[in-house]
Amino acid sequence: MKSPRTIVASLAAVATVASLAACSTGAGGESGKLELRVATFPPGADAAAYEAFEEQEKQFEKDNPDIDVVGVEYEWEGPTFAAQLAGGSLPDVFTVPFTDSKTLLENGQLTDVTAEVEELGYADKFNPVILAEVQDADGNIFGFPRQAYAMGLHYNRDLFEQAGLDPDSPPTTWDEVREAADAIAEATGKAGYAQMTSNNTGGWQLAAAAAARGGRIQEDNGDGTYTSTIANPGTVAALEFLKQLRWEDESMGSNFLLDWGTINQEFAAGNIGMYTSGSDVYTALVRDFSADPDSYGLTVLPLEGEDAGPLGGGDIAVISPSVSEEEKAAAVEWIDWYYMQKLLDEDAARRDAEALVASDQAVGTPVLPVLDEETYQQSREWIADYINVPLDQMSGFFDGVFDQLPVGEPKGSTQEIYALLDPIVQAVLTDPDADIDALLEKADADAQALLDGE
Amino acid sequence: MTTIDEAPVLIDSARTPPSDAPPRARRRRSPATWLSGGGLANLLFLAPTIVVFALFSWSPIVQSVVMSLQRTNLITWEWVGLDNFANVLADPLLGTAVLNTLWFAVLALLFGFPLPLALAVLMSEVRRGKGVYSALAYLPVVVPPVVAVLLWKVFYDASPTGLFNTVLGWFGVPPQTWLQASETAMPSLVLEATWAGAGGSVIIYLAALLAVPPELYDAAEVDGAGVWRKVWHVTLPQLRGVLFVMLILQVLATAQVFLEPFLFTAGGPNNATVTVLLLIYRYAFQNSLGGDYGEATALSVMLAIALALLSFLYFRLTEKWSS
Repeated sequence: MKSPRTIVASLAAVATVASLAACSTGAGGESGKLELRVATFPPGADAAAYEAFEEQEKQFEKDNPDIDVVGVEYEWEGPTFAAQLAGGSLPDVFTVPFTDSKTLLENGQLTDVTAEVEELGYADKFNPVILAEVQDADGNIFGFPRQAYAMGLHYNRDLFEQAGLDPDSPPTTWDEVREAADAIAEATGKAGYAQMTSNNTGGWQLAAAAAARGGRIQEDNGDGTYTSTIANPGTVAALEFLKQLRWEDESMGSNFLLDWGTINQEFAAGNIGMYTSGSDVYTALVRDFSADPDSYGLTVLPLEGEDAGPLGGGDIAVISPSVSEEEKAAAVEWIDWYYMQKLLDEDAARRDAEALVASDQAVGTPVLPVLDEETYQQSREWIADYINVPLDQMSGFFDGVFDQLPVGEPKGSTQEIYALLDPIVQAVLTDPDADIDALLEKADADAQALLDGE
Repeated sequence: MTTIDEAPVLIDSARTPPSDAPPRARRRRSPATWLSGGGLANLLFLAPTIVVFALFSWSPIVQSVVMSLQRTNLITWEWVGLDNFANVLADPLLGTAVLNTLWFAVLALLFGFPLPLALAVLMSEVRRGKGVYSALAYLPVVVPPVVAVLLWKVFYDASPTGLFNTVLGWFGVPPQTWLQASETAMPSLVLEATWAGAGGSVIIYLAALLAVPPELYDAAEVDGAGVWRKVWHVTLPQLRGVLFVMLILQVLATAQVFLEPFLFTAGGPNNATVTVLLLIYRYAFQNSLGGDYGEATALSVMLAIALALLSFLYFRLTEKWSS
C-alpha cells in the first residue's frame, strides 16, 4: 500500500491542509500588546494625513503603552458599509452617520457604552437631541456623537470671479443661486451648479433641498410609524429649480451621475461653481481631493418658505459588537482620547490642533456642537491660534448658521427612501419631459409601502 | 492534434457516458478490497481538490439556497419560506432590470458576438506580424476592468470637450450625451464591454481557425469560391462547435453584467441601466444597514435557475447540429 502514489497523495493532502491552516491563523498580538483597529481617513488621503495620524498614534501609545493602535482606511458609504458589516471587516472603532445609528442599535450591531460614558463624566454634557440618536428606549448609550453639521452652500471663489461675481457676497436666495450659476456657466463653460444624484445621495440632497424650501419628505407620527410626505410643495420647488437650471439655463454642466465622492472630486478640480453638502466637507475636500483652499467659499443655504431649515446630520464613533472586554476598554480609551478630549480639555485640544497643523491638516472646519454650546465655544477659543481654514471665506456660513434651525434627517427607512429618490432627481436632469408631479406621487406611494412594511 | 470537428463530441460527452465506463452492476466491493485496490490513495489524491471545491465552491451555493429562505442581517436568522421570492417578484424594479439585462444581452450579441469573429478571420489572413495583431487585440483584456471603466468615463465625458465628443465635433456631429441620458447609456456600456472583452474571444477564434484543415480552402478555391464563399462554406461550418460554446458563454456572461452599470452609472440615469445583478447587489448592500440578504439570494437563485434552463434548452435545440 505504500506505493509512491500514496505518498505523493498524502503529501498533497497534508500540504493543502497546512496551507489552509496557515490562512486561518491571523496575526496574533505580537509583543503582547492589545491590537486595536481604528477607522482613520478615507482611502486616497495624502501622505500628510498619514503623518498626522502617525503622530497622534504615537502620542496615544505613549500614554497607553499596552495598546497598539492600527489605523484602517475607512469611509462611510451606503453600499460598502453594508458589505463591510456583513463581511466582518469593519475596524473595532468606526463612525456611522446619525441616520444609521438607530437601526444598527436595534439590530444589536453596536456595543453598549453607557457605563463608560458615565464614568468619563460627560453623559450630561452632550446636546440631548444629539445624544438621543444613540440611545435605546431605556436610555442606554451605544456610541459617542463626535461631530454634527448643517447643510451649506459650497462655492468656488475663482469661478465666481471669472464670471464677474463677488465671491465675498455669495447668493442668499435660490433665485440668486440660479443667476450666479447661469453667469458661471456662461463665462467659464463649467457647471454653475451641480447636484448629487447617485448612491442614495440624490435622495439625501433632495431632502435637503426640500427642507430649505420648507418641505419635509417624511412625518414622524411619534408612535414608531411614519407618513411619507415626499410630494410636498418644497420638493416640487426643489425639482422645478433643478429643471430650470438644467433645461432653461443649461447651467449644470454635463455630468448628472454624481455622488458624494465624485462631486467633491469635480468641485476640487474646479469644474463646479456651487453645490450643497454638509458644512464639514472642507477637510475632505482639501485633504482627500486636493482642493485649493484659496478658491473655497462656504455660505448658508438660502431658506425660503415657512419652516425652512438646513438639513443637519452628523456622525457617531462606535465600537464593533464583536470586540472582547479588553478591546472594548481600549476602544473607549481611544474614542475618548481621539475624538472627545479635544472638545473637552484645553491641553488635548491644543495637542490635537498642533499635530494637525504640523502636517498641514485642516483645523477649525465648520461643524456644529455635539456638546453644549458653552463647551463648544470654549473649545474653539482654545484652538483659535491654530485655525488654518480660511474662516473669512466661510463667514457667510458662520454668520448665518446659528440663526438657522437645523432640520433632522428623516428617520424611517432613511437610506431606502433616499435610494428611491435617486432616479427621480436623475430623471429631472436627464429627461426634459420628466413629469415631476407624477414622479413624486409614485415615489410617495413606494416610500409609504416601505414605511408600512417595517 | 485536436481538430474542431471533435468539439461537438466534447459537448456531447457531457450528456452520454463514455463508452468505456465500467458497467454499473459489478461485484460488490468490501472496504478491504477497496483499500487494497488503492482506494485510499485515490481518495487522498483527490482530497485537496474536494476540500477546496467544497469549501469555496459548493458550500457557498448551498448556503445561498438556504439563505434565500431566510430573513437575515447575518447576525440574526429567521425562516420565512418563500416570502423572499414573493417579495422579489412583486418588486416593480425587477421588470425594469430584466428588460435592461435583455437589452444589454441583445446589444452585446449584435456588437460583441460578430466583431471578434470578424477580427479573427481578418487576422488569420494576415501573413506577417500576426503576433503583433493578436497582442494588440488582447491588450484591453489585460487592462484591469476598473481602470478600463475609468478610462472610458473620460472618453464618454458628455461635455463638448469630452474625448469622443471632440472627435465627433471634427465631423460636425453635435456632442452626444453617452452615459447621461436613458437612451444612450446602455449602448455606451455595451460598447465598452465589447472593447474590453473582444480580445479574449479573438484569441479563441484564432486558435480555432488554425485548426481548420487548409485542404478545405484549397478544394473550395479549386471549385472557384471567392473569399466570402470560403468564409461562409468552410470557415463558419468548421468553427460551428466553438461558435456554439462562445454564444452560450456570452449569453451567460451578459445575463450577469454588473461591473459596467455599477461603475459607470450606478444604475442611472432614471434606472435605465439597472441590471438583474445590480438589483441583487442593491438588495444586499444599497441600504447601508445590510438590507435583504435573503431577497438578494432569492433573486440570485432565480437567475441561476433561469440560466441553467436556458443552457439546457440551448443544448437541446442545437443537438441536431452538434451531433
